[in-house]
Amino acid sequence: MALQSLDIKARSATTTPTPQARGAIPVAKLIDISKCIGCKACQVACMQWNDLRDEVGDNVGVYDNPADLTAQSWTVMRFSEVEVEQGRLEWLIRKDGCMHCADPGCLKACPAPGAIVQYANGIVDFHEEHCIGCGYCVTGCPFDIPRISKKDSKAYKCTLCSDRVAVGLEPACVKTCPTGAIVFGSKEDMIHHAEGRIADLKERGYANAGLYDPAGVGGTHVMYVLQHADQPQLYADLPKDPHISPLVALWKGVTKPLMSLGIGVAVLAGFFHYVTAGPKEVEEENETD
Amino acid sequence: MTNHWVDIKNADFILIMGGNAAEAHPCGFKWVTEAKANRKATLAVVDPRFTRSAAVADFYAPIRPGSDIAFLGGVINYLLSHDLIHHDYVKAYTNAPYLVREDFTFDDGIFSGYNADKRSYDRESWNYQIGADGYVMVDPTMQDPRCVYQLMKQHYSRYTPEMVTQVCGTPTADFLKVAEMIGATATPDKVMTIMYALGWTQHTVGSQNIRAMAMIQLLLGNIGRPGGGVNALRGHANVQGITDMCLYSDVLPGYLGAPTDADAVREEYLAKKSLKPLRPNQMSYWQNFPKFHTSLMKSWYGNAATAENGFCYDWLPKKDAPYDVLHIFELMHQGKMNGFLCQGFNPLAAVSCVKKVRESLAKLKYLVVMDPLATETSEFWQDYGEYNEVDPAQVQTEVFRLPATCFAEDTGSFTNSGRVLQWHWAAAEPPGETRSDLDIVAGIFTRLRELYQKEGGAFPDPVLNLAWAYSTPLTPSPEEVAKEFNGKAIADVTDPKDPTKVLAKAGEQLATFAHLRDDGSTSCGNWLYCGAWSQAGNLMARRDTADPSGLGFYPAWGFSWPANRRVLYNRANADPAGKPWDPKRKTIAWDGTKWSGFDVPDMAPNAAPEQDVGPFIMHPDGVGHLFALKGMAEGPFPEHYEPFETPLATNPMHPKNPLATRNPAARIFKGDEADLGTVDKFPYVATTYRLTEHQHYWTKNVLSSAIVQPAQFIEMDETLAKEKGIANGDVVKVSSHRGYVRATAVVTRRLKPLTVDGKTVHTVGVPIHWGFVGVAKQGFLANRLTPYVGDANSQTPEYKAFLVNIEKA
Amino acid sequence: MQVTRRQFFRICAAGVGSSSLAALGFAPGEALAGVRAFKLARASETRSTCPYCSVSCGLLVYSLGDKAKNAKSEIIHIEGDPDHPVNRGTLCPKGAGLLDLVHSENRLKYPEVRAPSSKEWKRISWDEAFDRIAKHMKADRDKNFITTNDQGVTVNRWNTTGLLASSAASNETGYLTVKVARGLGIVALDTQARI
Repeated sequence: MALQSLDIKARSATTTPTPQARGAIPVAKLIDISKCIGCKACQVACMQWNDLRDEVGDNVGVYDNPADLTAQSWTVMRFSEVEVEQGRLEWLIRKDGCMHCADPGCLKACPAPGAIVQYANGIVDFHEEHCIGCGYCVTGCPFDIPRISKKDSKAYKCTLCSDRVAVGLEPACVKTCPTGAIVFGSKEDMIHHAEGRIADLKERGYANAGLYDPAGVGGTHVMYVLQHADQPQLYADLPKDPHISPLVALWKGVTKPLMSLGIGVAVLAGFFHYVTAGPKEVEEENETD
Repeated sequence: MTNHWVDIKNADFILIMGGNAAEAHPCGFKWVTEAKANRKATLAVVDPRFTRSAAVADFYAPIRPGSDIAFLGGVINYLLSHDLIHHDYVKAYTNAPYLVREDFTFDDGIFSGYNADKRSYDRESWNYQIGADGYVMVDPTMQDPRCVYQLMKQHYSRYTPEMVTQVCGTPTADFLKVAEMIGATATPDKVMTIMYALGWTQHTVGSQNIRAMAMIQLLLGNIGRPGGGVNALRGHANVQGITDMCLYSDVLPGYLGAPTDADAVREEYLAKKSLKPLRPNQMSYWQNFPKFHTSLMKSWYGNAATAENGFCYDWLPKKDAPYDVLHIFELMHQGKMNGFLCQGFNPLAAVSCVKKVRESLAKLKYLVVMDPLATETSEFWQDYGEYNEVDPAQVQTEVFRLPATCFAEDTGSFTNSGRVLQWHWAAAEPPGETRSDLDIVAGIFTRLRELYQKEGGAFPDPVLNLAWAYSTPLTPSPEEVAKEFNGKAIADVTDPKDPTKVLAKAGEQLATFAHLRDDGSTSCGNWLYCGAWSQAGNLMARRDTADPSGLGFYPAWGFSWPANRRVLYNRANADPAGKPWDPKRKTIAWDGTKWSGFDVPDMAPNAAPEQDVGPFIMHPDGVGHLFALKGMAEGPFPEHYEPFETPLATNPMHPKNPLATRNPAARIFKGDEADLGTVDKFPYVATTYRLTEHQHYWTKNVLSSAIVQPAQFIEMDETLAKEKGIANGDVVKVSSHRGYVRATAVVTRRLKPLTVDGKTVHTVGVPIHWGFVGVAKQGFLANRLTPYVGDANSQTPEYKAFLVNIEKA
Repeated sequence: MQVTRRQFFRICAAGVGSSSLAALGFAPGEALAGVRAFKLARASETRSTCPYCSVSCGLLVYSLGDKAKNAKSEIIHIEGDPDHPVNRGTLCPKGAGLLDLVHSENRLKYPEVRAPSSKEWKRISWDEAFDRIAKHMKADRDKNFITTNDQGVTVNRWNTTGLLASSAASNETGYLTVKVARGLGIVALDTQARI
């Protein structure tokens, strides 16, 4: 409703065709790791914009905090100390989060109609209202991004600030990035911008500098400029050639509509019993929420 | 900063040393990334740690904490011995050709005039030779052995690349690479900038670290130029403004030297401060001191300040001692202070040697803390177990805690590091009964004044007559106060050249400090801020984003002191004939009749180049000082001295002179000397620093900061960790002679052992930020470890280099 | 059958079986209400300056309410001011989290006093706080004020009460504070700026 300005291109577990008549400019976020200082402003801007606050954790011997993505932390910085050239230390800091794949494994895997959508501009968004908490999106994601909330058993991840982009603003992380390591615009412009950055890096001695826009997932709407594009695994195990698991492809292609129907029939009786006979219990739980 | 934040984009080479801009000033650091991306600038970082700045640098070189002067002295030697200096600039705009007195000497680490018992110098010989005409003697060929250039060359000839490596532990090739990058900016078409912060100031040789860099920038001809300058990145939102307002004992607002017991007579005091020119035609701007001072007194005492009573000169307190924060707590520790007011300052956390500060606070009769947040200082009497072990029953101090607004709830101006004053507006009402700092100060003062009105008391005159014509005396508005410090005409101000011409009518806000007078006809609370709120209104609130020069000056955004000038010493951006050194980076130039261009000239507008008026107008000689004259406590040339707690047995530059091991002019109090540790018991060098996720000791109260950097940690290199059997993530105890902290070990390749003077030196990293009050995980105040000794000039404590031991807890 | 929004969430949390019901269309209308609307559409916007480091980034502070008389404003979001020449809309992790400073649970709200030897704070009024502080100050000043030194020079100083000033307070606060401090004769005056 709020995102009427963004047409939906694909919708999970839905066979109804999506609207195609209107065009949209594909957008992209470009993360230039050679400019990233790992300040975590993007993490904070994300939690501020999206009204998220993770637990106050602990230090376990690294700068990575929170230690991993969670339902409350949709982006985290991953710090790697590497020596590609003997004796020359590099501190590679990668902002991790949803890559907004053109061919999203999460959406393919999702059995809940409308829980995952892809907008015409390329943003892949979770609509938690429809999420059933099955976790298939986690399995379907080649980047290990979605997380299931302990509070409500729903899957959460970066929305690319769809609510900001829908009204013509850049995502919160992009706006805040002090060094301009994160930039946002049309995917075409971002590729062009990346080319300039890569040329600069090559001049500064990074012979293998390049763009990370993996073809295995149809390209992504979040891309990286890497100093060592030949070795993405240096950057906290960024996959070299990400693909959607063949099992997910199978599930999506044939099984899912059947499976979904099967599960539904099997539990219908239980559902009615729960809703009609258990309201008191539910209300009690509500009070302690 | 001599320049300003956006200006960094105009640099060709950026050196970050004595600071970590990416970590502590990320949004200012963006202009480094812009310079790199848009003009192919390069960035080098010299630091004991491979920092976040180093992570995006073109080159990184390690250095032992506390050895920066050795490194910079090495650079000076490199520049002079390879003749990589901007000759025309050095000759015209520095004191390189000036002759120094014959009795100035330097012998094995000690300059002439030293008194070992007093730990101080008689600086008489640190001066120029004065000719019969009353002016400094000059040798334009710079061949005279007594000229500054030759003395400097001789002084730094000892700082060979090998010596740099021996003292700093920096590999020689790394040092030479940095020296080469710096030297490449000696040409008029290349400019380098230096970004430094507390990594240089927080040493017993802090001020000289900065001087050494300033000398390098003068030799390269980089001061006064876009993309150049000497840029101190300051740590708090209004640290620049509060410094300009001079909330410290040495000076009055606008850096007017405060009177001491030696200044019994006003006229003599004013004459002493009105420095006379030392070369023909120089502006020697401090000649205007009496105008600034008299106008200040008119602001403070209004009609009570008259010519007859010396504008209340005697009402000003005269100072008999330094009264810097270390001295204040020393006095408190001796039981010589009864009361203490802390306004938005958390000294228990922020001052070195927590133990001493806590003991001192417990000796007070009353303590008043004004702060938006609960601070450790306000709870110094409370038992927090191991984090703050104290028995409240034993603490007799009465403590008041007053809730103050934060930035979002009050209106006013902050001055940024680039000297730009910017106005902000309140966005919401404060929580509970919180009041603004202005209201709190006014509340305390008006109550005191009432008591003096009613009861009388010790010398009530300055209390009863303090100008307080605010429309509501209990709640002075920020607008009224800002207008007051800007200043106004009390009587008509006329042009001295044409008395019929009125420059400002009585009652009008003044547009410039050039209109200030010493006869009581003007008032001004801070001459540097004059013009910020003129008849044209509040210039601090301007928001014009136009940038006509394309150099990022934004002349109509806010107000930049002095006189809305964006780059200080900008006369030096043009050659002696008035033509810009680099036409692509033009700021001001001589147009045949006057100075004009994109910035406010730092020069008399009609001073033709032939008049030879130097660009450093505050100096009596008009030039930049490679030789500091009597300005510095420990010598006119920076010399390397070891930190007060050194890992070495001697100063490798003066192994046979124990007097020159550490700064011979730095002050240390009796009891604190005994609290220094030695290398046999505390074998590792420690250094304290900030992390980008946190701000000093505030953000441990801020949830988002606590989430992204929750708990205290200690950083160390892999070799040291292995030797001590410490694994990454283990809990370790770090102790100095003064206390200990316990925290998680971060074992990292970003720290490396260095070979210094033939031995291996490990550096242990101690991030600050944690304490016993907050929403982040509780931790130990890092200053439990630091020594109670400061820089010889500024008395800034030596937080950056001291000795510790470390063990698995 | 009326299913509240909360009950529906609870049901969904039960797991894959029941949640697949949603897949089949058994979702209450409310839950279909969809994604988040832009949350700042009508919030009040105030220009401000970040209080942390001296880059002094420009801020946009968003508060709830349109400043109508009956609405009490409450800050709900803070982000960078894109017009500001230095930060151009960016903010570091501290600046981006300023909302959590404004709303910190450790904000002080009332004047308090801790009596000698006491283990606790006691809430007092501003009136009482000012009174008691002024009395302390006056007693100390009257007792220890020095009019002339040993040489008979007029010095008019009070050095038994000290003042440490913030480097995060405004210029106006700084000016008024130094004026009052010097007016009282205080010489033991220093600031965070030194360290």
